[in-house]
Amino acid sequence: MRRRVIFRGKLLPYLLLAPQIAVTLVFFFWPAGQAIRQSVLREDPFGLSSEFVGLENFREVLSDPLYLNAVWNTAVFSTSVAALALGAALFLAVLADKSIRGAGVYKTLLIWPYAVAPAVAAVLWLFLFHPAIGLFGRALNAAGIAWDFKLNGAQAMLLVIFASAWKQVSYNFIFFLAGLQSIPRSVLEAAAIDGARPARRFWTVVFPLLSPTTFFLLVVNLTYAFFDTFGVIHALTGGGPGKATETLIYKVYVDGVQNLNLGGSSAQSVILMAIVIALTAVQFRYVERRVHY
Amino acid sequence: MATLELVGVRKSFGSVQVLHGIDLSVADGEMVVIVGASGCGKSTLLRIVAGLETPTEGRVLIDGRDVTPLEPADRDIAMVFQNYALYPHMSVFDNMAYGLKIRRVPRAEIRRRVQETAELLGISSLLDRRPRQLSGGQRQRVAMGRAIVREPRLFLFDEPLSNLDAKLRVQMRAEIRRLQKRLGVTSLFVTHDQTEAMTLGDRLVVMHQGRAAQIATPMEVWARPADTYVAGFIGSPAMNFLDATLAEEGRAAALAAGPVLRFADGPRPGPEGRRIVVGVRPEHVHAAPGDEGGLPLAIELAEPLGSETVLHGRLPGGESFTARLPGAAAPQAGAVLPLRLPADTLHIFDAETGLRLDPRA
Ligand SMILES: Nc1ncnc2c1ncn2[C@@H]1O[C@H](COP(=O)(O)OP(=O)(O)OP(=O)(O)O)[C@@H](O)[C@H]1O
Ligand SMILES: [Mg+2]
Repeated sequence: MRRRVIFRGKLLPYLLLAPQIAVTLVFFFWPAGQAIRQSVLREDPFGLSSEFVGLENFREVLSDPLYLNAVWNTAVFSTSVAALALGAALFLAVLADKSIRGAGVYKTLLIWPYAVAPAVAAVLWLFLFHPAIGLFGRALNAAGIAWDFKLNGAQAMLLVIFASAWKQVSYNFIFFLAGLQSIPRSVLEAAAIDGARPARRFWTVVFPLLSPTTFFLLVVNLTYAFFDTFGVIHALTGGGPGKATETLIYKVYVDGVQNLNLGGSSAQSVILMAIVIALTAVQFRYVERRVHY
Repeated sequence: MATLELVGVRKSFGSVQVLHGIDLSVADGEMVVIVGASGCGKSTLLRIVAGLETPTEGRVLIDGRDVTPLEPADRDIAMVFQNYALYPHMSVFDNMAYGLKIRRVPRAEIRRRVQETAELLGISSLLDRRPRQLSGGQRQRVAMGRAIVREPRLFLFDEPLSNLDAKLRVQMRAEIRRLQKRLGVTSLFVTHDQTEAMTLGDRLVVMHQGRAAQIATPMEVWARPADTYVAGFIGSPAMNFLDATLAEEGRAAALAAGPVLRFADGPRPGPEGRRIVVGVRPEHVHAAPGDEGGLPLAIELAEPLGSETVLHGRLPGGESFTARLPGAAAPQAGAVLPLRLPADTLHIFDAETGLRLDPRA
C-alpha cells in the first residue's frame, strides 16, 4: 500500500513544489517559448527591430543544403553512436554476467566513464588521438595510416562517434547487465539441454529476452546522441573540419551563437524540440509496457 | 531408450563436498526416483547426469558410453525443471519445437510431432499461447511436452510437481507414470515427497547427506529399510524408534522402557547387551487386549481421520511414540492405552551405525 501524505491548507503543497516549478519554468518553458517566438521572427542586421515572417525561417532552414548536411551527419552520427554503444555494452555485459574472478572490479571500472564530464572525455580522446602528440594518433601515423582528424572529415566523424559512444557504454552496460541477470538460469539450461550451443542460445533466447531493455536503451542512446553530445563535438572538432561533424544540435549553436542568425537557429531548435518530444513519446508508449514478448 | 550408469560420482563445491560417491545403474525403460530431504544433493546429482555440472570425480555412462566430458547438448537427454523453465518469448508450439529445430528436423515432421505430443498431453488448443498465458498445470504439461517431443534417450525430472496444488499433483503424478510406461523412456525423477517416490518409481534411491542410503524397489525400502534414516524417512507417520539392548542370546530386545520383545525371525548377531534400536511403524501397532498388559502409551494428541485415528503420546521412559489405529472410536488425549508391538513387524538396527541388523543366517 502506498502511504498518502495529506497536507492541510492549500498553500503548503504549492510552496513545496515551487522550486521545481520555477526551475522548469525558467530553464525550460521560458527558453522554449522564446525559441518558438524567435522562430517566426526575423531580426534586422543590427538587432534593433524584428518583423513577423511566419514559417519563412523554417522554409529557409529546410531548403538550406548545409542544414541537410547536418541532418545527414546527425543520422550517421546517432546511428553509429547508438549501435556502437549498445553493441559494446552488450558484449561487455555478457562477459561480466559470467562468473569471473574480479567481476566486482571489472564492473566498477566499466561504470567510470559515465561519471566523466563530456568535455573531459573529449580532451582525453583528443590527447589519445592527436596526430602529433597523441599516443594512438602517432601510432597510427607510424603504422602508415595518414591520421589527422583535424584535416580528414571522415576521421573526425569517426573520432566523435567513438568518444561519444565510449561515454554511453557504461550506462548501457548497467542496464544490460541487470537485464541479463534477470533471465532465469534454468531457461538457459533448458536451451542447453535442448541442444543449443552458446551462440545460438544467445541469439534465440538471451537476445529476445533482452529486447525490452534494448529498445529502451536504443531510445535513450538516440536521445543522447542527438542532444547530449554537444560538449564532445565542441571540444574535439568544433563541428569541423569544414562542416564534417556538424550535427543538428551543433548547428543550432553555430547559427545562433556564432552567426547570430536567431530566427534560423530558433527554427532549428523548434524542429529539434519536436524530435525530442516524439522520441520521448515513443519511449513512454512502448517502454512503459515493459513486457514485449 | 538407453541405460544409465553412475560410477563413483562425487561432487564438491569449493571445499564443501555435496556428493560422496554415488553408484547407480538404471536399466533400459526403468523409472528411478531419487528421494531425500532438502539439500541432500538430489538436484546436483541430476544436473551431473544432464551435464549442467561436472562431477569432481566419477563417470556418467549412457548406453555404456562415457558421457562425462560431453556438453548437455550432446547427451540427447531431456529435463523437466521445477519452475518449468519455458522460453517466455516463444509460443507453446515454438517451445516444443525448439529442440527439434536445432536438430534440423524437417518442418513438416516438427509440426506432426508437436501436434501428436500436444494431443497426447491434451494441450492442442494452447499451441499459440505464450507461457505467461497458461496456468501452472498447463505450463507443467508444456514442459513435459517439450521433453517428450524430442524423443530423448533419457528423461530427467527435477521436482516437476512441487509447484502444483495437491489435487493436480496427484493427477499429474499418475499421468507422468502412464506416459513414462507408454513411451518406455529411461527416467530419473527427483522429489522430496515420499508418496510421489513410492508411487512413481520402479526403484528408489533414498539419499542422505550426499550418499545413497538405499537403492531398492519401493516395497523393499518400506519393508526392509537399510538404516534408521531410510526407515524414518519412508512411511507416514514416521516409524517409531525405541532404544533397546540385545537379550536372550540375540533372540529378543530388552526395551529401555521395560518390556522384552522376542524376535519372530531369528536371533541377531552380537553380544548380549549390544545397544540396538527397535523400529516399529505406527500402523503395525495394536491396542493390547485387556489382560495382556502391553506397552502403556500416555496419549497427548488424538487425530481422528475418519477411517483411522493417529495417536501421539509418550511411553513410560519419556520417548515419543505414534500409533495408527483403525476406526474413529479411539481413546482421547489424557488416556493411557496399552499397546502390543507384533514381533513380525519389528525392524532392528544397530544403535551406533544405524544400519539394519538382519537375523543370523
Ligand atoms: N552452485 C553451487 N555452489 C555451492 N553450493 C551448492 C551449489 N549448488 C548446490 N550447492 C549445495 O549443495 C547441496 C545440495 O544441493 P542440491 O540442490 O543438490 O539439493 P537438493 O537435494 O536438490 O535440495 P532441494 O530438495 O532443496 O532441491 C546444498 O547444500 C547446496 O547448498
Ligand atoms: Mg533440488
